[in-house]
Amino acid sequence: MMNYSSRPPDEPGAPEAPAPAAPPPAPAVRAEDLTVVRGPRTVLHALDFTVPRGRITGLLGPSGCGKSTLMRAIVGTQAKVTGTLDVLGRPAGHPTLRTRIGYVTQAPSVFDDLTVRQNLDYFAAILDPGRPAAERRHENVTRAIGDVDLTTHADALAGNLSGGQRSRVSLAVALLGGPELLVLDEPTVGLDPVLRRDLWHLFHSIAADRGATLLVSSHVMDEAERCHRLLLMREGRILADDTPDALRTRTDSETVEAAFLRLVDEAIAADRTKERTR
Amino acid sequence: MTPTAATADRAPAPLRQAPPRAVNISRTTATAARVLRQLGHDPRTIAMMILIPCVMLFLLRYVFDGSPRTFDNIGASLLGIFPLITMFLVTSIATLRERTSGTLERLLAMPLGKGDLIAGYALAFGTLAIVQSALATGLALWALGLDVTGSPWLLLLVALLDALLGTALGLFVSAFAASEFQAVQFMPAVIFPQLLLCGLFTPRDKMHPVLEAVSDVLPMSYAVDGMNEVLRHTDMTAVFVRDALIVAGCAVLVLALGAATLRRRTP
Repeated sequence: MMNYSSRPPDEPGAPEAPAPAAPPPAPAVRAEDLTVVRGPRTVLHALDFTVPRGRITGLLGPSGCGKSTLMRAIVGTQAKVTGTLDVLGRPAGHPTLRTRIGYVTQAPSVFDDLTVRQNLDYFAAILDPGRPAAERRHENVTRAIGDVDLTTHADALAGNLSGGQRSRVSLAVALLGGPELLVLDEPTVGLDPVLRRDLWHLFHSIAADRGATLLVSSHVMDEAERCHRLLLMREGRILADDTPDALRTRTDSETVEAAFLRLVDEAIAADRTKERTR
Repeated sequence: MTPTAATADRAPAPLRQAPPRAVNISRTTATAARVLRQLGHDPRTIAMMILIPCVMLFLLRYVFDGSPRTFDNIGASLLGIFPLITMFLVTSIATLRERTSGTLERLLAMPLGKGDLIAGYALAFGTLAIVQSALATGLALWALGLDVTGSPWLLLLVALLDALLGTALGLFVSAFAASEFQAVQFMPAVIFPQLLLCGLFTPRDKMHPVLEAVSDVLPMSYAVDGMNEVLRHTDMTAVFVRDALIVAGCAVLVLALGAATLRRRTP
């Protein structure tokens, strides 16, 4: 994390002035009529949205609203996805996307019986195989460990680390290949405030310096302020797709949290009216 | 309307890539090295895998102290059965952990082929099986006086094929186990019937005809038959070749079934 101190530390990852001068490039993710069914339940209902390139998009909503399912659909690990879902110009799940997307699941998915470095060495060998790439892999692994500030723990078994440290190992794996799109499912859960701030610094520098697109889910609303754009979800539908500022202005609220609650109340009221008129 | 179908006509035609090969050597060896490294952090498991067959053979030798002929029969069969059972147990738990820890989903979201993963597991546990079988066979032949007519290399070959079969079965059943408790129960369910019917306790042709017919379609029967061929004949007999091929064929078939249980997209 310390490698990316381009941003002054007193400005905790505040989004930079939006709207790049050039015409916006094709979105990183484009969904039309995206529906996902899990078992008997429809989890996502005909979603339409885009995720702009090179920006941090926050995916916010109460737990169980379909955030993780949406992320799995984008990464291509979710079955029973219908509608259109284009990711980096290809249909989601396309084999060529597998090296271009970094994905961090909610529960850290690393090998507990390997050290931090061994974990990363293995995933690096899958992303960039072969003996000629050995040196590049070594550099990437060292950089990823530095990115998540685990250099001093590189030789510790992942299973012996704290929960927050293990989730950072999982994040380091996703950073390995220099992905164009990072899909992070609740990456800051259970982390202390200092680490959370540092991670958001890292996310911003990844977006700014490497031009990567980030889609970050959270149910902590104060993190929403750190995103360039927000997708607010509730019960498998998208309530709002806007910048934090525009959301606050539109709903006449002080914070994104207040804005979200107001939108939820409106949605509930709308549901009730629909039921009554039925 | 699936995402692929919906976008196929609009998106610029994706560059036709060379069809990915079934197995990528680098990724397979990396996977095998990773599995062995994981075991390397667990020396107790390795010690148990290597030592328990030796201790059992040692025990068996003195259980049948008065009838060395029985020890020859059972000992040779067990040299084939041990690797099958240990590799079955270790693989079913290891792949179950891979499935439940999320690392399998992560790997399949990466450019890892299912064949790479399965071949990696087979390579890692095959290597362990070679060590295990070499020690057990060496102990049985030279320290415990197991009397084998044929070449010890053939014993080792059958043991290796059995280990591969155990790996394949373990990988396959792990798809049907939701927890370690269930995975362990598959051992009596899948292995014990084969153990009873493979001819270890009674020659297969002396069983009830129905059971004999069942034993004809169970792969462990051929593993034990193959071991007995080596026990009695100096040369590689046609029956031995047939048995070895059947065990190898079953292993490959079950590995393919196991690959089919690895899904990139899950509900």
